[in-house]
Amino acid sequence: MSPAVLESKAAYDIIKERFGDAVSEFDANPTMPFFEVLDASRWVDIALYMRDNSLLQFNYLACLSGMDYPEEEKLGIVCNLECIGKYTHKLAVKVKCQRDGGSIPSVSCVWHTANWHEREAYDMYGMVFEDHPDLRRILCPEDWTGYPLRKDYKVQETYHGIKVPY
Amino acid sequence: MGLLDAKVSNRNVLVTSVDNVMNWARLSSLWPMGFGLACCAIEMMATNASNYDLERFGIFPRSSPRQSDLMIVAGTVTMKMAERVVTLYEQMPEPRYVLSMGSCSNCGGPYWDHGYHVLKGVDRVIPVDVYVPGCPPRPEALIGGLMKIQELIRMEGLGISREEALKKLAEKSVDAQQVLDQTRKAAIA
Repeated sequence: MSPAVLESKAAYDIIKERFGDAVSEFDANPTMPFFEVLDASRWVDIALYMRDNSLLQFNYLACLSGMDYPEEEKLGIVCNLECIGKYTHKLAVKVKCQRDGGSIPSVSCVWHTANWHEREAYDMYGMVFEDHPDLRRILCPEDWTGYPLRKDYKVQETYHGIKVPY
Repeated sequence: MGLLDAKVSNRNVLVTSVDNVMNWARLSSLWPMGFGLACCAIEMMATNASNYDLERFGIFPRSSPRQSDLMIVAGTVTMKMAERVVTLYEQMPEPRYVLSMGSCSNCGGPYWDHGYHVLKGVDRVIPVDVYVPGCPPRPEALIGGLMKIQELIRMEGLGISREEALKKLAEKSVDAQQVLDQTRKAAIA
């Protein structure tokens, strides 16, 4: 493991110690080491802990992207977390939910950046973020049908009488 | 210059047709609707800037559709924006002209196959008079397109519809390859 990954591992160990089975094993991916939140209902607790623990201080949500896993019948998010200031560790966190009607707790109260990012993930993949203050589509028009980044997405034939496909 | 061909008597009397004067006035003060959609808009702004100086043609962007006679659709028209473009177009008084600038606006550009969110050509929602190809077109190309609009205006007149004017223009059309060959020959010589 490179020094950067070792740093991330050290941060992960603190989280694992506190949350035990709610988080998965550490994946020592050299570009972006990550772990998965197995119990999605504890995601906000974990997020708050990661932000506020003095040894972790993940105060910067660099990115939150959506993911589609059709073979697992799941949707998910990937959060890239960093610390600005005291530490240089980086971690990605994955959270998954059911593909149909699934929901993930919103972390927009933990990192305000998440507000728009979660709206984007909702717009593109269609998972619901519980307790999000303003969950509306952000890129597509309000009355757009379907979620464009799902792997089985089929574009609609017309939108307000305008032909959509080529 | 249509007017300069007209006969001017020694008492400063100018003899010409109403069509001629009206069209000359219209084509010498084109006011494009001032809005841009994507990267082509940067090129459009560059064209309006001092280096290319569109004001020598009397072309100056106007911020209100009610006083514009030309719409330059510069850039990617998304489905979300398409309806707004139509609204702007409908607010413009007639006679109005539309210049579609760049591949995106002409046919969807790089999004023509996989871009679910892009209108595959602005002519699906509003009629287009002149298409300027390119991604994005250089200011020279846009100026070429604007001059084409001016030619179209010159062909129009009282009792001559846009269709007839377009037909007349088509008769005058030159083969692009021929022009290129000539220019190349001239450059070598």
